[in-house]
Amino acid sequence: MQSYILLFISIVLVNNFILAKFLGLCPFIGVSKSRHQAVGMGFAVIFVMTMASAVAWVIHHYLLAPTPHNIFYQWLGEGKTPADFDFTFMQTIVFILVIATLVQLVEMFLMKAIPPLYESLGIYLPLITTNCAVLGVALLNVSDFGMLRNASESFAKTVLQGFGGGVGFLLVIFLMSGVRERLEHMDLPRALRGAPIAFICAGLMALAFMGFAGLGH
Amino acid sequence: MGACVRREFVKGIFRENPVLVLMLGLCPTLAISVSVKNAIGMGAAATFVLVASNAIIALAGRFFPSKIRIPCFIVVIATFVTMVEMVMGAYLPALNAALGIFIPLIVVNCIILGRAEAFAAHHGVLPSILDGLGMGMGFGLTLLMVAFIREVLGSGKFWGITISQVYSSTGAVHPAAVMVMAPGAFFVIAFIMGFIAWRRERQLEQKRAAAIALMSETRV
Repeated sequence: MQSYILLFISIVLVNNFILAKFLGLCPFIGVSKSRHQAVGMGFAVIFVMTMASAVAWVIHHYLLAPTPHNIFYQWLGEGKTPADFDFTFMQTIVFILVIATLVQLVEMFLMKAIPPLYESLGIYLPLITTNCAVLGVALLNVSDFGMLRNASESFAKTVLQGFGGGVGFLLVIFLMSGVRERLEHMDLPRALRGAPIAFICAGLMALAFMGFAGLGH
Repeated sequence: MGACVRREFVKGIFRENPVLVLMLGLCPTLAISVSVKNAIGMGAAATFVLVASNAIIALAGRFFPSKIRIPCFIVVIATFVTMVEMVMGAYLPALNAALGIFIPLIVVNCIILGRAEAFAAHHGVLPSILDGLGMGMGFGLTLLMVAFIREVLGSGKFWGITISQVYSSTGAVHPAAVMVMAPGAFFVIAFIMGFIAWRRERQLEQKRAAAIALMSETRV
């Protein structure tokens, strides 16, 4: 249990996706101009990152990785070892296609089933396909937890990392949108208006978040 | 022809610089730029993928059904990224380890998909290759600039060789480690963007002043 809590804290605060790992910067700069939009984007990212982590784990575990559970091994594996069925080189191409399809499906499902949620998250969903945080978390999950013996532990940690990454994204983009709403009314040097001052603020936030560095241990 | 070739090539480096003007591909720019070596590796990998995918999409793009053209582009791009991943893993394992997940993440680099959609899909093969080359160079040079500033200020090195004794023989000036950590990346890119905005502002002002001077002269 303790390791799960530590993992969650570490992924939200210490190894924050935006400020420490530099994943998902485009929406972070692009959509953080108003607080309302930032929160919408944040929740959409939590949703997609959690689902993408889970689906990517299933694909990796049952189709790509050389595990005894590999479907191809169970189907064609007479007299062979799981290592003969190592398709991990297909990881990048399979994951990005799965994520793109998943985002499309989620969008269609929300449009039909929960229109109010679609109204608030819908416009952000297509943008998320090319958000590197989503593909990034799927790839990180494989390198962090793909090798764990215990499949259920590996799956739980994967989903938790996806969810925590999304929560960290929401936290930082929300803080940033508050800062940027204030910046609108400031008397800034004209050359720094817009993106440059946003990056300076992001740098200061990253500096502050480095203070959490001791928490993970 | 020559002028056209030059225009397609040069626009990516200056006027439409993907990182500093179009604000695409920020994630690798900030994450990779800890050292000049990494920057060159990343720039070369992205340029290769950009040129190759632009060429293929310019050739075959018209056969993709328009509704699913984006997934088709992504498959083309991901194929080349996988090739880069394998080649780099086999021949440059140290660089591959340093760049980490940012090599597979070239797939979602907005520059590449953006050029496929905005340029290669409705231009010829040669202009698309040149566009890819120019954009890749623009990306690589920006990376190089950020990486140079960060490596020199942050770890006091250039290309892995310590040079901080050149500017501080007594050791009075220490490299500021914050520059190679996350905040430094944000500060460097912010000041480069600010500098570009300041220069553009000044050029506009000079043009305006020249126009006003011309107008008053003609009136006299």
